[in-house]
Amino acid sequence: MSSKDINIRIGELETGIGHIRDLQVRIGRVLDEKWAEPAGPTPFPSLTALRNWDRTLLNRYRPFYLPFCDLCCLCTYGKCDLTGSKRGACGISMAAQQSRIVLLAACIGAATHISHARELVAHLIQEFGRERKLDAGSSVEVEAPVIRLVCGIRPRTLADLEPVLDYAEQQVTALLSATHTGQEGDPIDLESKVLHAGMVDQVGMEVADIAQISAYNFPKAEPATALVDLGMAAVDTAKPVILVIGHNVPPAAGILDYLQDRGLAGGVEVTGICCSAIDASRYSPEAKIVGPISWQMRYVRSGIPDVVVVDEQCIRTDILEAAKAHGMPLIATSEKVCLGLPDRTADAADAIVADLTGGRSPGAFILDPEKVGEVAVKTALAVAPARRAARNAPYRVDPREEAGRCGGCGFCQRACPNDLNVPKAMQACAAGDTGMLAALYDACLGCTRCEHACPQGIPVHSCILAAAGESIRNERFSMRTGRGAIGDIEIRQVGGPIVLGEIPGVVAFVGCANYPDGGRELAEMAGEFATRKYIVCTSGCAAMTIGMYRNEEGKTLYETYPGDFQAGGIVNVGSCVSNAHIAGAAIKIASIFARRNLRANYEEIADYVHNRVGAVGIAWGAMSQKAASIAAGFWRLGIPVIVGPHGTKYRRMLLGRADREEDWYVLDARSGEEVYTGPVPEHLFIAAETPEEAMILAAKLCMRPNDTARGRALKLTHYIDLHRRHRGGIPDDLPLFVRTASDIPITMKEELLQVLREKDWKEIRIPDPTLLRRPARGRQD
Amino acid sequence: MTDTDSWQTAEVGGPRRAAVIRKAVAAAAVIRRAERPILILGHRAGERECNGGRMIDCLIGLARASGCTVVASGNASSALRERGYPPHAAMPAVELGSRLTDPAWTGIDGKGAYDLAILAGLPYPMAWTLLSALKHFSPVKTLCLDPGYQPQATWSLPNISLADWAAFMHALNASLASTEGGG
Repeated sequence: MSSKDINIRIGELETGIGHIRDLQVRIGRVLDEKWAEPAGPTPFPSLTALRNWDRTLLNRYRPFYLPFCDLCCLCTYGKCDLTGSKRGACGISMAAQQSRIVLLAACIGAATHISHARELVAHLIQEFGRERKLDAGSSVEVEAPVIRLVCGIRPRTLADLEPVLDYAEQQVTALLSATHTGQEGDPIDLESKVLHAGMVDQVGMEVADIAQISAYNFPKAEPATALVDLGMAAVDTAKPVILVIGHNVPPAAGILDYLQDRGLAGGVEVTGICCSAIDASRYSPEAKIVGPISWQMRYVRSGIPDVVVVDEQCIRTDILEAAKAHGMPLIATSEKVCLGLPDRTADAADAIVADLTGGRSPGAFILDPEKVGEVAVKTALAVAPARRAARNAPYRVDPREEAGRCGGCGFCQRACPNDLNVPKAMQACAAGDTGMLAALYDACLGCTRCEHACPQGIPVHSCILAAAGESIRNERFSMRTGRGAIGDIEIRQVGGPIVLGEIPGVVAFVGCANYPDGGRELAEMAGEFATRKYIVCTSGCAAMTIGMYRNEEGKTLYETYPGDFQAGGIVNVGSCVSNAHIAGAAIKIASIFARRNLRANYEEIADYVHNRVGAVGIAWGAMSQKAASIAAGFWRLGIPVIVGPHGTKYRRMLLGRADREEDWYVLDARSGEEVYTGPVPEHLFIAAETPEEAMILAAKLCMRPNDTARGRALKLTHYIDLHRRHRGGIPDDLPLFVRTASDIPITMKEELLQVLREKDWKEIRIPDPTLLRRPARGRQD
Repeated sequence: MTDTDSWQTAEVGGPRRAAVIRKAVAAAAVIRRAERPILILGHRAGERECNGGRMIDCLIGLARASGCTVVASGNASSALRERGYPPHAAMPAVELGSRLTDPAWTGIDGKGAYDLAILAGLPYPMAWTLLSALKHFSPVKTLCLDPGYQPQATWSLPNISLADWAAFMHALNASLASTEGGG
């Protein structure tokens, strides 16, 4: 750590000058000089410290705006019609308004992670003490690459994370203020602030995950973590069942601890949805993962859980009503999600249990994770016997009977985000065939908008679930639990092959479960890239989804591929906040493999990552504001992100223009000359319409100017192969990616040479690429 | 609810809404008036069944009759190739949309800017946002030929059944072929 609070407190002291009593002296912060690495130019960067870097990126990857709405409704001047070139009453343009909304989303996302981190660190300090050492794993020397890079400090204890959070909170507050009426009006400056929000978000995520890994002893950079149960059928319904939902693990840990301490482990099922599930499984392999965010209604309506415990983030805001309707007491555990429940934090556990089990209160708000553990377990044990009947009658509907009431108006389909043909399935169901309704299960997001749209009040979602009972009863899979950081040794082993292009790329599957056609597509994409020997990383809901499908041999991807950060590995880093480890791996390649200074040296490291590390993120089901800020963090590092078709609703893309040659010059660090490299990577943020298109794009976006000829040939092999298979033919833009004849895959040499000759292709130089003037001049000097 | 409410009911845009085209001759007139039309075909055109075939069969008929440039997005390119009608280009829809908003872009063939973008077969929300981008940031007029009303277009069909859509396309293609001699 590079700075310390110095506090001196003297109770009583006799000195020559007199009697001193209750003296307290505080000397701000003292820099720790033990870290030999020289500090770079941007420690704790302000909103504009990296503006030049952002503008360099945004000059190449220009925003393409896709307004979701023609109006601005943010202030009482409005609504303002911003159609075309019209301006709002405050003077804002449509372009700036779109960037402003993206900034708002990124601020919400970053604030959510940072606030989560603050709550977690405060709790862990209370439980384990300020001096609890940070430990990301014995193979991890660079324990906090994002914090080192952004803040220029090296945290060693939980307390060292507090000034990092102070910084992050200040930045998000300032960023949020920039969205106020009459503040920032330039679209590109707003976009720069989006990137800043993303970078600060990565800091917050890293704080949260290294704190919980260290204090809770989660797996520490272990490739071969335990395979844990996944899916609704993995739950032993003969036992009392507790469901945890959200992202903040202390309440789940409180439950697991209570069970352990009382000798009840194994007697109660602790199940989870979303990231609390993943983190509970990192805490104890006894915990079971039911599924991603979209499983909330499915699981609650199954009647299986006896008690629902919610912490924060990605919780359905109507969860209390759903739990109440199914006789499940609910415990809220975060100040951010009180759900209107009475604060019972100060009450005795038994009194709370008595109220919950006696039907006097549908739920309780308890801010003490230990007490949550006791109340949740006691309540589950008490209510489980009486709830057996509910479990045996899941979904409480007869789809055939309900379908008979359907008038065929089609409002359900028109409310459905995936345009599912519910009316046709209802019609078939009314005639006795439930197959079509059951077939909707896989593509259904569980949002229940269909039910709210139905004028007949048909519980459409429950009908789908009831029809799909057989699928749900077989929903039992496994996933490798989150491993945390990537080890330094692993980085040393693959750093060279990645930078030289001999591992064709790192593809990270992240984000929410808002899939355009179900989760199978995600699993298929992940399997495709693992088979092709890319390094596949994953986290959060995406990590669960890719574990929910089996191949022809009946194995999930986690049972088929290793968890090592190596070619052909499927690397589950953990929950949403573990995304920081994926960015951290890219940063560590620059630091450990290339020996670039990391400390507060953001521009140079991002420039290195952008030009040399062939990584791409795929957020196929991106939905939340957190997904926006996570993506923005990758953008600032120059790492492209692909989203599914729903992703156009993020209101803008960041697209390169392959046809504008002038956009694709870099400086050759060896000579300082400007050199054309071709459009690599071509985009920074793009929506793909289908998984096939996403795979073609991912293969293309893994190309980097620094690829060796051998590496580029390998990357081109995959790009051409995927293109041929899914679009047909050789890609039209092939000549843009072949720099010299040596880049051409040997097996296709004659065929491709002929194509290139027809297109008047010419060889270009392979530079030592950089977008920064500073290092190029320095090396020239 | 009328047949000119957005197909996805919550997708309400703003004050300027697409003019509804109910008659094939009106759509044919819009296409004939355009000097440089471009047809953007999404993958759903190759997936949705219609009149014993797929939507894309009717849309290939449109491309032939109008002679317009065809760009395939998603994996619509494969469906076109299978039918012996390879597109002029294949690229992500947003990439093409971005180029259409650039007044300096001279098109797929380098012969000049397009003045009419015809969309079909994209996922509804993707078409919605793309049409919105073109409405706000380009002079290009847009015609949405999907069977669901798209208020962000310049012209859109109303919400109609696939059978009615097939009949509409048949009439449209016949109208274009009779005046332009096919493509």
